[in-house]
This record gives sequence, structure tokens and C-alpha cells, in this order.
Amino acid sequence: MPTTKQEAVLRVEGIDVAYGDVQVLWEVSFEVRAGEILVLVGANGAGKSTTLKTISALLSPSAGRIVFQGQPIQALKPYEILALGVAQVPEGRRLFGEMTVEENLLMGSLSPHAKAKRKQTMDWVYELFPRLRERRRQPAGTMSGGEQQMAAIGRGLMALPKLLMFDEPSLGLSPLLTEHIFELIKKVNAEGLTVLLVEQNVHHTLAMCDRAYVLENGRIVLTGSGQELLANPHVREAYLGV
Amino acid sequence: MDVLLQTLVAGLLKGGLYALIGIGMTLIMGVMGIINLAHGQMMMVAMYLTFVLFTFLGLDPYFSLLLTMPALFLLGAAVQRWALNPLLKVESLLPQNQVLMTVGIGMVLTEVMRFIFSSNYQSLKTGYSDATFFLGQISFSVPLTIAFLVACLFTSLMFWFLLKTDLGRSIRAVAQDAEAAQLMGVNAERIRTITMGLGAALVAAAGTLLLPVYYLFPDIGKPFTTKAFIITILGGLGSTVGAILGGVTLGLAEALGSTFLGMQYEDLVGLVIFILVLLFLPGGFKRLTKV
Repeated sequence: MPTTKQEAVLRVEGIDVAYGDVQVLWEVSFEVRAGEILVLVGANGAGKSTTLKTISALLSPSAGRIVFQGQPIQALKPYEILALGVAQVPEGRRLFGEMTVEENLLMGSLSPHAKAKRKQTMDWVYELFPRLRERRRQPAGTMSGGEQQMAAIGRGLMALPKLLMFDEPSLGLSPLLTEHIFELIKKVNAEGLTVLLVEQNVHHTLAMCDRAYVLENGRIVLTGSGQELLANPHVREAYLGV
Repeated sequence: MDVLLQTLVAGLLKGGLYALIGIGMTLIMGVMGIINLAHGQMMMVAMYLTFVLFTFLGLDPYFSLLLTMPALFLLGAAVQRWALNPLLKVESLLPQNQVLMTVGIGMVLTEVMRFIFSSNYQSLKTGYSDATFFLGQISFSVPLTIAFLVACLFTSLMFWFLLKTDLGRSIRAVAQDAEAAQLMGVNAERIRTITMGLGAALVAAAGTLLLPVYYLFPDIGKPFTTKAFIITILGGLGSTVGAILGGVTLGLAEALGSTFLGMQYEDLVGLVIFILVLLFLPGGFKRLTKV
């Protein structure tokens, strides 16, 4: 790993998060460093999506801090988080199904800095996903799962984020498509985008990431490089089934 | 044959106004997920405003559109901002409970107007209130024709706004998936406030356009809330094109009913169609379109 990747862009510092009376996250702490792919793995219900929703300010932590580029962001509104450059490709894609692909992409670029470069970014996204250009006038809800995932990623890129968070991008996709989506994530990462990836597809994601954290029952239980975790006995037993 | 044609024309002209009422209601339904049961009462407020502007300042109703629409936009936005949005923050309340608040707001608006203007019927007579022109054998009421054209104009503007602007797309996005919209950087609370304002402004336009050919008293809001509700259901909840179809359908149904069954059955026909749609086309006309 090159040493230039050491500076933390996002630091999550001991956050507790609850839905009503039910606490889901306990003192979760981790950091995402500039230019890396950081992976958060864990089983269903471990609190991965909750973590991302909290960073995006859809939920607010009852304790702890979230710091992006030195600035505490846990009290900001979702649109302020976007304006700072933190975007999310949500679980289950969450496209606006009755809008066309192009309208979905336009919805991705509402922040002032993204709106200013909307046209160029859209050309870039269409270059990354030629299929989206073909389908740009089609209602997003009528596309296949893989195409929808491409549109969701494209919409996330339209925000021109500094940090892009992916919530289970492989959900419901065939192994081949999953492979394709992960290749794309690596590609945009190579172009300088910092990535926070949440996945249940543990084997695949640990192999492609720089560092990873393991989340179990709302707590961070393990951390290390992807290779270290792949070799870890607990990870092997609990997640890889070997 | 002429009678039928005449009836259809009258129904269509009225349907244009109904569409305007319905679009406001359906926008609110789509974004907030609730029926605004103060919708007709907001229209009534706009009508009184038009009445006052005409009686005391001599303002032509068509000119006062420029005042009643912004005024009702502010009223609607204020209602959302200070009466409805706070309810969403109370976890123990279901979002649907906002409907109860709109019922209360409707009552307050009605009683405030009764307090100021009494329950007496008022009307506004302009030089063109009874004017008509003829195309062949068919007569067209001048004020209703103008109202129809203006309604078409506002409806087209609304479509352009919803389809082609960022704000319009954001409104549609919140209606489809509010959480995803927030993840795109949409300020959902602001969108709700703007949407309620727009809905109120559109129904204000309908009220102002209707006043030259109608009468006015404080309780007139309620029947129009009912009509708006019927139009919205006919069209399919939250569908803009549906609301236009629903409005025109209701206008035609009422016109046909009053011509061929008798004036007293005007509302009955609308309600029968309403029940038939609920039974046989429960989704309304919505399925035909994307907005």
C-alpha cells in the first residue's frame, strides 16, 4: 500500500445509534483514508446500513462524533453532507423508478459544485456505462437489476463526491454482474475517488480492498488489511465457511 | 344533438377548473402522502380575497390572480411549515395524522371568514359575467372559457416545471422515495413546504377564475374539498395526468347529469362515477402515465 494513502478523510468516533428504544450501534469507530477502498463487512442486521445512513445524516447518533476532513458533521442535514462531498449509493439501488435514467442522473447532481459540472460529469458517466446512454430515455424502474445498479452508481458519481459510500452493491446480482460492478468500483477508485464499501459478499470484497473492519451485532470486532482478515480464523469460520 | 354537444362543452370547461383543483391536491398527496382536507377551504379564502380586491379596489378578477396565487402560496407554505412539518417530528404520531390537522385548519379558515364576512351569500358581477359567444349553434360562456384557457396554461406550466426543472424533479423524487431523495441532497422539508404552497396557489387560481360565475359563502370550501378528493381518487392518488383526466371526467359527468337527469342530480352523477371507479378501476387513471 503506498504511503500517500494514510491521511484520514472520514473518522467515525464512537457512535451509538438507536431506532427509537432499540440500540443498533455501540461505540462504532473507524476511519476512511484518502484514496483507499475501505470495506465494512458483517452479517445481515450487523448495523452496516445503519452506519452509512448515520454518516449520510438520515439518522443521528446519540453519542460520538463523525468528522469529515476535520469538520464534525454529525449534526448536519443530509443535503449539507452532500454539499461537502459525501455521497451514497443506497442499498437496493433506490432509483426513482418512474423517472428516466437521465432524470435520475440529474437528481444525483443537485449540490452546487456538482451542478456546475453537470454536463461533463454526465458524459463521463455515460462513458463508464455506455449501456446507460442507450437507456437514458427509459424509466429506470423498467431496467434489469444490473442496469439499475449501474444507474445507481452513475447517480452517485454525478454528485462529484470526495467519498462515495456503496451499500451492498452486489445485492440481487448474478456473480458475473457482481464481478463487473466491483471492477467498476475499483476503476473509479483508481481515478482518485475514496470508497467506503459495505458488503455481505465477504470473500470478494476483502480481496479487493485496502483495509476492512468487521461489524458484528453493532460493534466493530476486527480490523486489518483485506489480506489479514482473509487469513483470520474467526473471519474464515464465520464468513467464509472454511 | 346540439343539446349533447352544448352539455359536453359546458362540462369540459368546468372540467378544466376541476383539473386545476385536482392537480394541487394530487401534488400534495404525492409528496406528503396525505389528503389535504383544507383544500377547498383554501380555495374559499382565495375567493374572498378576490371578492375584497374587486369590491374595494376594483381589481378585475383575472388581474387579481397575480395577488391571490402568491398569497395562497404563502398561506399553504406557512401551514406546512408551522402546522404540518412539526407533526412529522413527533415519533409517536403516524404521518397520516396530519390529515386531522388539515381538517382543523379547514374549520379555522371557514370560521375566520364567517367572522369577517358573515354567512351571507356574496357574488361578484363583472361586465363579462354573463357574456357568451357562439361557435355554430353552441354557446360558450366567456368567463368559463377564459377560466378554461388559463387553467390549461397553468397546467402546462406545472408540467414543464415538474419535468424540466431541478425543483420540479425534486418534488417528484420526494413523492417517489423521500429517503432516497434526501440522499441526493434534496431538502425534503423545504420541498414539502413548497409543494403545499404550490397546491394552494393552484387551487387559489381555480377559485379566483370561478368567482365571476359563482357565488360565495364561508361553507363553500367543503363541497370543493369533496370534489378535489373525488378528482384525486378518479385520477389515481398522486398522479398529475390522472388529476386532469379526473377533473375533466367529473366536469363532464356533472354536466351530463344536470342536463339529462335534472339539476338536483348533478352531484349524484359525480359520486356514482366515483364509486364505479373505486369498484372497477381502484388505481384510478394513474396507470397511463409517469407523472
